[in-house]
Amino acid sequence: MLTRLSHDRGGSEKTLSVRIADAKFPAPFSSGLEYCSPARGSWNIAHTGMLVPEAHEVFVCAEGCLRGVVLTAAEQGTIDRFSMITVEENNLLDGDMETLIVDGIGDILKKLPYQPKAMLIYTSCVHHFAGCDLKLVYKRLKERYPEIDFVDCYMNPIMRKSGLTPDQLMRRGMYRLIRPREIDPKRVNIIGNDFATDKESELVRLIGKNGYRLREIQDCKTYDEYQELGSAAINVLYNPSAIPAGEQMQQRLGGKAVYLTNSFDCGEIEAVLHGLSDALGVPREDYAQEKEECEQALGKLKELLGDTPAAIDYTVHYRPLSLAKMLLTHGMGVRAVFLDGISGEEKEDFLFLQKEFPDLLLCPTIAPGMRYIHDVDERILAIGQKAAYITGSRHFVNVVECGGMFGFEGILRMCREIEDAFLHEKDMKTLIQIKGLGGGCCL
Amino acid sequence: MRQTIGRLSIYSPDTFGIASALYELGGMTVIHDASGCNSTYTTHDEPRWYEMDSMVFISAISEMEAVMGDDGKLIRDVVSAAGELHPKFIAIAGTPIPMMTGFDFKAVAAVIEKKTGIPTFGFATNGMEDYLPGVSMALEAVAERLTLPAEEKVRGGVNLLGLTPLDFPLDAPEKIRALLEENGMKVLSSWAMGSSLDEIRDRSAKAEVNLILSYSGLAAAEKLKEKYGTPYVIGVPMGEFSQAVIRALMESAEDGQNRNALPGAAEESDTVVIGESVAALSLAAALKKPARVVCPFPDGHGIRDCGAVFAPDEDSLVQALTGAETVIADPLFAPAFPEGAKLIRLPHTAYSGRLYDREMGADIEKIVQLLGKE
Repeated sequence: MLTRLSHDRGGSEKTLSVRIADAKFPAPFSSGLEYCSPARGSWNIAHTGMLVPEAHEVFVCAEGCLRGVVLTAAEQGTIDRFSMITVEENNLLDGDMETLIVDGIGDILKKLPYQPKAMLIYTSCVHHFAGCDLKLVYKRLKERYPEIDFVDCYMNPIMRKSGLTPDQLMRRGMYRLIRPREIDPKRVNIIGNDFATDKESELVRLIGKNGYRLREIQDCKTYDEYQELGSAAINVLYNPSAIPAGEQMQQRLGGKAVYLTNSFDCGEIEAVLHGLSDALGVPREDYAQEKEECEQALGKLKELLGDTPAAIDYTVHYRPLSLAKMLLTHGMGVRAVFLDGISGEEKEDFLFLQKEFPDLLLCPTIAPGMRYIHDVDERILAIGQKAAYITGSRHFVNVVECGGMFGFEGILRMCREIEDAFLHEKDMKTLIQIKGLGGGCCL
Repeated sequence: MRQTIGRLSIYSPDTFGIASALYELGGMTVIHDASGCNSTYTTHDEPRWYEMDSMVFISAISEMEAVMGDDGKLIRDVVSAAGELHPKFIAIAGTPIPMMTGFDFKAVAAVIEKKTGIPTFGFATNGMEDYLPGVSMALEAVAERLTLPAEEKVRGGVNLLGLTPLDFPLDAPEKIRALLEENGMKVLSSWAMGSSLDEIRDRSAKAEVNLILSYSGLAAAEKLKEKYGTPYVIGVPMGEFSQAVIRALMESAEDGQNRNALPGAAEESDTVVIGESVAALSLAAALKKPARVVCPFPDGHGIRDCGAVFAPDEDSLVQALTGAETVIADPLFAPAFPEGAKLIRLPHTAYSGRLYDREMGADIEKIVQLLGKE
């Protein structure tokens, strides 16, 4: 079982995986060169920015950096909402980066067959290192094009360990386009997600049944509708990368940010839903029936799976260790979790698993040795695309970034997804290579 | 404005050219980059990534390492990975940040080579140029350091140079090999699709002639001429143009002279081929009607003196396409066409990545047929 995770290339017996009992929190593996698996389902900043209706993306980078995002847009069918300004060596030497951006935006606007309502401008690592005066850039743009909203976005992965990541900055930036307006006490947003929240989830039902009008970015078809998000009294979020977006909206627009961790633990789910009820000022609900339904579903799933070994990867859900804990405590055979780091909100799950399931393997996904670790055991039930690739399993859950799952209904849906994966094969090779799963990729 | 791209795509960069050229040779290519290059290259520009294991990694450089000039981290990480994975050689390729910090590729390569005993190359790419110089410098380095002299030539022996999936479909080596062998030639090595490093090292010098299939094979051909006296021929054998290439190969094998088999593009025509210079000029030569050739690259990144127009940016491309009624090109070039111009689809991985990979490969007969229907 997963023995090939100790790779043998060149006679090396070095083990890539670590027993959770021996793993360190929050970084179980040392950093080094990085490998990229062929599983492509997670969204990138170009996909996410396209969620803003009637907005146009402009990336200002070197040719190599532009390549991935323009082809993201081409595959997504949104290349008509995408433009580029190339940065060349002479721009770094001449110190004319500000002029290049301002004049470049003007030239792009001349070339476009339409005028966008908003422009998301992504600058890159080189702008940071060259000391580009971005404040001046945006001041000039606002002066020249007052009818267009501009927002600073970033593709500067070199800063990923120095503050907010490009993904966090992206989510913060896109919601900064929303202008202040009068707060409507009966409006609530769920913000920060690439996927709309399942309508059946208690989260959506709780908001709706108490007379609140709920909106997500996926509901907004026009830029004007997008602006209406500014009137929400509460902004609910459960994507950890969107926390800075929620904070800035609270500070700037007044809507209270309420972060709900997206757990697989019934007690934790109940606690966050009670927290939301308190924030809404409505009575707390009784979730005994939902809990019972989850227990029944998990019991039924255990009956179906028996001792089938399973592996989970971090791309499927923000709480992979919480998912592992739920499945293991209900008797299911999770053997490995593929991840490269452990988030702070999973610390309790980590400590629990260390104590109760010490032999659970943690395996990296980006370590160079992983290049030769795939097709290790196709009998494994894979939960997530990277787990599917590494194991070679055609029985896999094809979901990324929670896929809209939340709460007790999230548990039920995950059980259904696992059941379906167990019973039916999928075309793993084709499905996992689709970039930005659910984002409209035309391949 | 030269540096804006309002409606088009962009070519694969020099960095990926390095990785693509060396992919099948058993080495380890490390792109000195923060993040993103690994995903972009392996998703869009490397159709072999799923099926064929190869060591292409990024260094994952961070802000602090860049600011502090901490090259030691990269060296330690490369040495560690090499100790684990045993590559036949190591290549370090650069991106914008190493260029800005003045990263010394040659010195770092020398240190890594000393520590590992593995031949190591430092390629000072910066991610700001197209793939052609990247492929070119990688193949030239292979010719320089990884080939061995031969005692005698093989009669009719040919090396194929400048062959990567960025320009050619995956079955191209097999097809070109079959065509040449049908005509009495013997393909000794294929740079760098379809041959192992051992084949390239041990057999290349035995060739009587080298065939340059893209501009990026030229530097390696010059190096092989310098080292082993092997002449070269420029041209991709396709359709009716194949016989001209084969004739040139035989003549060069005989007299030791370099030959450009490309007859040159038309100066005036309402039919235009867009693409890499050698492939596009070869296609134009294979068509049964005159065609202009437009190369969307800087002037130095292609075969000159063959009538191709170099149009390195969107504005000059639009200008170069003036008067075109039929354009044979990657579909992502279509927004630059004059109104009403007809597209004959010729997907090019180096431009549109995997987007049209089901259509890859120029079907000359089909193109000729489509042109005839106008």
